[in-house]
Amino acid sequence: MTTRPAPLTCVLVANRGEIAGRIFRTCRAMGIRTVAVFSDADAEAPFVGDADVAVHLPGNTPAETYLRGDRIVEAAHRAGADAIHPGYGFLSENAAFARQVVDAGLTWIGPPAEAIEAMGSKIAAKQRMRTVGVPVAPDSTTHRPTEIGLPALVKASAGGGGRGMRIVRSATELDGAIAAAEREAASAFGDGTVFVERYLERARHVEVQIVADAHGAVVALFERDCTFQRRHQKVVEEAPSPVVDEPLRHRMCQSAVAAARAVGYVGAGTVEFLLDRDGQYWFLEMNTRLQVEHPVTEAITGIDLVQVQLDVAAGFPLPDRVRTARIGGHAIEVRLCAEDPYHDYRPSTGRFTTVRFDPAIRAESAIESGTTITPYYDSMVAKLIAHGRTRAEAARLLIGGLDRSVIHGPVTNRAMLRMLLSRIAAEGDQPDPEVDTAWLDGQELGEAPGPSAEQLAAAAVAVARHRAAPWTTPPGWRNNPSDLHRIGLGDHLVEYRFDRRGQPDILVVDGDALTVDADRLAALDRVPVTVEGTTVHVANGAFALPIVPRFTPPDEAGRAGSTVAPMPGTVLRVLVETDQEVAAGQPLLTIEAMKMEHQIVAPTAGTVREILVVAGQQLDHGQPLVVVE
Amino acid sequence: MTILPDRVNRHSEAYAANRQALLDQLAEHDRELALANGGGGERYVARHIARGKLPVRQRIELLLDPDAPFLELSPLAAWGSDFPVGGGLVTGIGVIEGTECMISANDPTVRGGTINPLSVRKSLRAMEICRDNRLPLVNLVESGGADLPTQSDLFIPAGRTFHDITALSAAGIPTVAIVFGNSTAGGAYVPGMSDYIVMIKERSKVFLGGPPLVKMATGEESDDESLGGAEMHSRVSGLGDYLAIDEADGLRIGRQVVRRLNHRKRGPGRRGPGTPPRYDIDDLLGVPSADPKVPFDPRDVIARIVDDSDFDEFKPLYGSSLVTGYAEICGYPVGILANHRGVLFGEDAQKGAQFIQLANQIDTPLVFLQNTTGYMVGKEFEQRGIIKDGAKMINAVTSSRVPHLTVHMAASYGAGNYGMCGRAYGPRFLFAWPNAKTAVMGPAQLAGVMSIVARQSAASLGKPFDEEADAKLRAAIEEQIERESLALHMTGKLYDDGIIDPRDTRHVLGMCLSVIDNDEIHGTRGYGVYRM
Repeated sequence: MTTRPAPLTCVLVANRGEIAGRIFRTCRAMGIRTVAVFSDADAEAPFVGDADVAVHLPGNTPAETYLRGDRIVEAAHRAGADAIHPGYGFLSENAAFARQVVDAGLTWIGPPAEAIEAMGSKIAAKQRMRTVGVPVAPDSTTHRPTEIGLPALVKASAGGGGRGMRIVRSATELDGAIAAAEREAASAFGDGTVFVERYLERARHVEVQIVADAHGAVVALFERDCTFQRRHQKVVEEAPSPVVDEPLRHRMCQSAVAAARAVGYVGAGTVEFLLDRDGQYWFLEMNTRLQVEHPVTEAITGIDLVQVQLDVAAGFPLPDRVRTARIGGHAIEVRLCAEDPYHDYRPSTGRFTTVRFDPAIRAESAIESGTTITPYYDSMVAKLIAHGRTRAEAARLLIGGLDRSVIHGPVTNRAMLRMLLSRIAAEGDQPDPEVDTAWLDGQELGEAPGPSAEQLAAAAVAVARHRAAPWTTPPGWRNNPSDLHRIGLGDHLVEYRFDRRGQPDILVVDGDALTVDADRLAALDRVPVTVEGTTVHVANGAFALPIVPRFTPPDEAGRAGSTVAPMPGTVLRVLVETDQEVAAGQPLLTIEAMKMEHQIVAPTAGTVREILVVAGQQLDHGQPLVVVE
Repeated sequence: MTILPDRVNRHSEAYAANRQALLDQLAEHDRELALANGGGGERYVARHIARGKLPVRQRIELLLDPDAPFLELSPLAAWGSDFPVGGGLVTGIGVIEGTECMISANDPTVRGGTINPLSVRKSLRAMEICRDNRLPLVNLVESGGADLPTQSDLFIPAGRTFHDITALSAAGIPTVAIVFGNSTAGGAYVPGMSDYIVMIKERSKVFLGGPPLVKMATGEESDDESLGGAEMHSRVSGLGDYLAIDEADGLRIGRQVVRRLNHRKRGPGRRGPGTPPRYDIDDLLGVPSADPKVPFDPRDVIARIVDDSDFDEFKPLYGSSLVTGYAEICGYPVGILANHRGVLFGEDAQKGAQFIQLANQIDTPLVFLQNTTGYMVGKEFEQRGIIKDGAKMINAVTSSRVPHLTVHMAASYGAGNYGMCGRAYGPRFLFAWPNAKTAVMGPAQLAGVMSIVARQSAASLGKPFDEEADAKLRAAIEEQIERESLALHMTGKLYDDGIIDPRDTRHVLGMCLSVIDNDEIHGTRGYGVYRM
């Protein structure tokens, strides 16, 4: 491209949540007007208010809204935007949309459609990478099976779902495995063709950020390490990688630049590699967009990648400070998600009543006080980034920032993030060699960490004071004291009494009496506790304890055997019938929420008395589903 | 704004002695409270619980808003009488769904919750408080009815119970009854006259005559359920408004009923922020003299009960045996009258009368802190018109229309008790510290007076006077008067609303002022304030 640079004046972001807000911020700093598009469910979302103009996309599902390229282009025209930034996900790697945008006379803030297409086809992309010398895991399309290396994976060409798949760990097994796989594939798929590829089972995920301008310059802005993953979702990302030394970095960056050049890349992109324990790496794929984890690269290089994207899209060459960027310190990002890792990563929905991130860390947030999380989009609500001189320092900074951030609302993975960060802080520059991309999935997380006795006592004291506030007396004052007062907080029971001065003088947590002295009173005062309605948020929201109601209305008591929807969602399938005998734990129905399927199981063994919902029905949180007696 | 100084010497011998004396009296009081709280004793309480029933205080706790206060009234009623301490009835003011209510609850472990002459007085006093302060009444009913052996002292006054429940309703003060068990014969009219009745499945039993009586009267065979069960009253007779499945559910429904009473306080509300006093309330144990003959400065008490220890004294240089002035307690403005040197002189009485009128002019409640040995006697004082001056003060107290709160801090003798708004003068609430003494005069004076009268009588008849017998009689009289003047004795007779720990005084007064705030305050009008 040789057109004269034309600065952008108004950018529409075809996305939602934190990334929309992130892009708007840079636009504002560059004097560019901003346009948001939003679905019904996002009408109150913070990013909508962040934009100068917001255009409504009717509906809730992505297919109705953020995937509707036609409506988005129309919105851009209506709002007077001259460019569209796709963010990540949704339409960001959709070549047809990129063309649609350009054809509409708008600037596409992303790579050329051809580059998207070239990287979109995995087999073709691999082949092209091979031609330019980027390491690609060997497979039987290019090598004889014995040359691929071990371990290897035998796969059915027509296969899927793991059928016909064999992992081979020694050369002597190879022939037998191929033969067995062929037989299985032939019987299962009617096609016995199999191929073998190198199986990288103990790899780390290391990716290289590249930026390229329309004038032929391609620069690698070093690597990020995203090895902490669960079910292929990145959880913790850092830059630089703790296992990449300078020579390896140089080689990987060169490979990434070669990959980008091979497809005529323009803009910001990421070349993902798998890195094994021997320092060998292989091309995995290229993400032709801005990555979720781009802030760690920004932190260590001091470069605003969105600004680079906007400038490149406007036709400017990459500036010197990008070409000469160096690594400074270490940055870590964690993804705060509305999900409960200790309950099979069950997504949570609901309202975040108070959100206040510690100003000492960078927060890219989709939520603020009052934001409601709906089941329509993914569960990530914020990214928190810390930049330190060393890896351990960055981890400690992020732990402190996480602890000081007030996040009152649905369950998040905060406790698990803290656990991972503690691990990183302890490791420092000596990362655990056992950690690979499958490591987190193999961890037994066990019970969610619970509040301490002191935290529970502090919670009870705060509730008591809150409830006594309208009166002139200390909490629970009696001129003729008899029993201790008691409060149920989640699964815990706190018994307490206050003295005439309004200080607690007896505190019994789950049956164990706490010593109450001046030190204890001071310690209780230091526990951050907020009472919001019937929930007590302890330690800035690390624990959300429901105040157990003293009375159970008889209707609910009568429905003791009923199951209720654990979250809002849709009924997918009903698996039982009325009068059917069921065992405890037997699946009763499947619901879909937050893009995931969840099984509802029988609370006890018994007979299905009543089925209160049908497939396809929308569910509210707590809605009764099936009555088992 | 005048911040009272901290003048209490916590290291003095007198302070230590006062404190010890009061702690001993509190310990005795606490022992009696523990007995009362034990209801009918371990055996009956255990049997009650074994029947799946909640003890009365647990019922009350469940009914109340958590962490809100509860002011129990006269917990030691019937002390020193033939009846169980407490009277088998728990009364007190608590908060239900944000609304201050009077709760009156039978203790069925005490002689089956039967009503005796003292429990009737306690119950009537509770309803008097409801009437005077617009407090909704919640009765937790489980009573075997009249204590039959004492029916002659009971039958007539007990009728007033049903009258007063009805009168409350008529005055726009809602009444609620939750029936936990027996409520039969005359007792059936406690729920019967209430505005809202909650009955509990298989528990409530409300009928005029039980199966044996019906059999005797008409020959009809019947059972409890068909005569007065909760289901029957809820579905057939319509006596029950709500049917609860168990006790907790009954209390839940009771709370729900109160929530819908749409009760609004009509008083002027708090004015100040209710800043706590600047000095430790614990000092109050060392302030009142262990020896009643030694006066103490009530400002040391006031400094520990009023907001921010801020007390603007009225007429500080005149009539200095009576301290008068304005303050706030828990944010509520009050005028305070407190005895200083025990005796009330003419100037003190005039100052008191003037101050009471001033408080009426500005619709401000009055707090009387009593420590008085009465109005001054003697030729000089009679000739200067001490009766006229005392009469002014008693007239002012009697004619005052602002709410009064009285605390017996120590002595309360003679007409000083009246002028300082003793029980007979209708204070909204009256509480006593455990060291309080109340009588027509001091025991020694009373015995001495009787001795002199006897001596004069003997002389006029020309009989010899038996000095030895007189000494014995004097000692006996002194002992009797002393005993009868003690706080426990007075509270047993319901001459107060309870004995309180001096350290609770601010909390008690604050709560009473909040209760008073349920109704408007209108002082007496008609004359200008007399300058005495």
